[in-house]
Amino acid sequence: MWCGVSAALWPVRCRSFLLQCRNICSGNVGRKSVVDGVLPSFRSVCGEDGVSLSEAIREQHGKDESVHKCCPPDVVVFPRSVDEVSALAKICHMHCLPIIPFGTGTGLEGGVGAMKGGVCFSLRNMDQVLDLHVEDFDVTVEPGVTRKALNSYLRDTGLWFPVDPGADASLCGMAATSASGTNAVRYGTMRENIMNLEVVLADGTIINTAGKGRRPRYDWPDETSQSRKENAGYNLTNLFVGSEGTLGIITKTTLRLYGIPEAVVSAVCSFPSVQAAVDSTVQILQSGVPIARIEFLDDVMIDACNRFSSLSYPVTPTLFLEFHGSERSLEEQVNTSEEITQCNGGSDFQWAKDEETRSRLWKARHDAWYAALALRPGCKAYATDVCVPLSMLPQIIVETKEDLIANKLTGPIAGHVGDGNFHCLMVLDPNDPDELQRVHLFTERLARRALAMSGTCTGEHGVGLGKRALLVEEMGAQAIQVMQSLKETLDPKNLMNPGKVLQ
Amino acid sequence: FQVGLLVSVKRFFLFLFEIRVKPDKSGVVTDGVKHSMNPFCEIAVEEAVKLKEKKLIKEVVAVSCGPQQAQETIRTALAMGADRGIHVQVAGKDYENLGPLQVSKIMAALAKKEEAQLVILGKQAIDDDCNQTGQMTAALLDWPQGTFASEVSFEGDKLKVVREIDGGLETITINTPAVVTADLRLNTPRYATLPNIMKAKKKKIAIMKPEDLGVDITSRVEVLRVDEPPQREAGVKVETVQDLVGKLKDSGLV
Repeated sequence: MWCGVSAALWPVRCRSFLLQCRNICSGNVGRKSVVDGVLPSFRSVCGEDGVSLSEAIREQHGKDESVHKCCPPDVVVFPRSVDEVSALAKICHMHCLPIIPFGTGTGLEGGVGAMKGGVCFSLRNMDQVLDLHVEDFDVTVEPGVTRKALNSYLRDTGLWFPVDPGADASLCGMAATSASGTNAVRYGTMRENIMNLEVVLADGTIINTAGKGRRPRYDWPDETSQSRKENAGYNLTNLFVGSEGTLGIITKTTLRLYGIPEAVVSAVCSFPSVQAAVDSTVQILQSGVPIARIEFLDDVMIDACNRFSSLSYPVTPTLFLEFHGSERSLEEQVNTSEEITQCNGGSDFQWAKDEETRSRLWKARHDAWYAALALRPGCKAYATDVCVPLSMLPQIIVETKEDLIANKLTGPIAGHVGDGNFHCLMVLDPNDPDELQRVHLFTERLARRALAMSGTCTGEHGVGLGKRALLVEEMGAQAIQVMQSLKETLDPKNLMNPGKVLQ
Repeated sequence: FQVGLLVSVKRFFLFLFEIRVKPDKSGVVTDGVKHSMNPFCEIAVEEAVKLKEKKLIKEVVAVSCGPQQAQETIRTALAMGADRGIHVQVAGKDYENLGPLQVSKIMAALAKKEEAQLVILGKQAIDDDCNQTGQMTAALLDWPQGTFASEVSFEGDKLKVVREIDGGLETITINTPAVVTADLRLNTPRYATLPNIMKAKKKKIAIMKPEDLGVDITSRVEVLRVDEPPQREAGVKVETVQDLVGKLKDSGLV
């Protein structure tokens, strides 16, 4: 499809990349009167307080933390239970009103914008932690429970949920976007850690993707391999994980939990080149070290961090590592990793075990976003997100840096090298249309570069609004056709979060 | 310098959850709400365990007063590194009326019985925000106190405590035996890990009643009523400055 777009339309598309919503969202009189008509039904389902038309609330629910402009829905509803969600969905289905699920609004790809108006289902009042099974290492949560809230709840049990995308996001929202994080290299992403979902479909039907109340094991990424597995029927759970609200509303998710690590050691090491850093990563993984986090910062980023946090790391590609385990295994892990880094020309290997020194060592990585913003005060930042096979990582980073310099763009790089995933934190002036256009073109080139290296156009942020065309390139027309058929089967009226993921 | 240390822990709602007042206004809804250790008590336990790891303390004993469930809180303290626990049983109406004065009498009696040299508590509990138990305990024992501690260290056989006060930080040196109450910035409490939770199951918790310590826990305070804070009302938009002044005058604010 995109091949047919002529070069003349590119400037239009570039402007529309960041200003997309304006034309589409501006008032559809017919739809508004439909919404007014259903308000009494909405109120009878979730109470007077559960329906909001106020401008402020609608705006809050029309944007996330991406650069996409706010696209407010026509009305926001606050259901308190899955039965209310189902009843509201039925009403929307009958009147052909778009449905946009909303968790915490911390997404990065514009997934909550109401492109065609409609009803935003804010799920924050469904905030219970249900069914914790400590001995089975699983828990079921509702959409209002965020990652940090769950870990606080679990603190006395010795368990935690390790997927950490940075933001304090809704766990069901993380399921919908198949979120990942800095410790995916050891604990996996959402996809590997979800056992069951309760989903409300566009017509109000409630399903449990693995059967009601069931907690089957698929394959665990770590050493505890329980034998009770279930493999019944098509894998519906993984169909909805990552569907970004386009196939159904996730109202419960059953998550796999892990034991809190006995001890944690953090380390930092500098390298003479990107290749050396990536080689070390590969070898550490190959040597069986169960490394928990391995983060890469390029020289531009380290320089920014040095300036922002008054640190004095050598300004070269740097790896930040974190190890989890028992006291004894940590010693072995750290020694093995140190040897490997030395073999690859690594220097200044520092490590620490106590909380304070660890925080100091990792401060650079934690403050990376702010350090990037501080490079150009008054500007906004946008994080690109691509993922390639590990072997291609040095090449793509080198080519990307050349691209940045050639186009005079500010884009320090931070990445989860253990997974081949990296982000350029593009610092840009939102009022400079020329820069916006250059950033947009750069992002597209970057995504296509990743695709050309057998990678993916989105490592963890999702497709959302901005990467639909890239998804087509990545998957190929036939796979997209299958996705389209699935979408049409589950949501024939195209009410579920229209305008996202698929075009 | 090896001393024994008592640390007091209290159980209340997990700080994340919304508190609702019972319809009869006699208290707050407790059924079905997730309970956990008071955050300041966690900090106290962490400090106690740190002192033991530095070999400045011989033994950490965790104490809690309350019904059967108080043992869960003691177990968490044991999983964080306390050596043994003492559960002082107080249940039902007695527990609802248990206040800082009664707890401090119990702590004082236990401190004498265990021959503790240091008693650490959280500065306050997040249910009543009383901020009294530590101070009362010190008074009953006639011991010096270092409250709102953000740093604690030994200097010979004295204790140096940096206190957080309104004006900034105050550093004092007190003799031991002493009472210390923990403030937020004293440390970051560790999580109880699964292996430590398992080990904690084998540690001992002694059970006793207030009478065994010769303490009378009758309360001198009676709660008459509990109300929620007033609901926030919607604001009103006015068109002109005159309207604004008019409304301010009407409500008696001007």
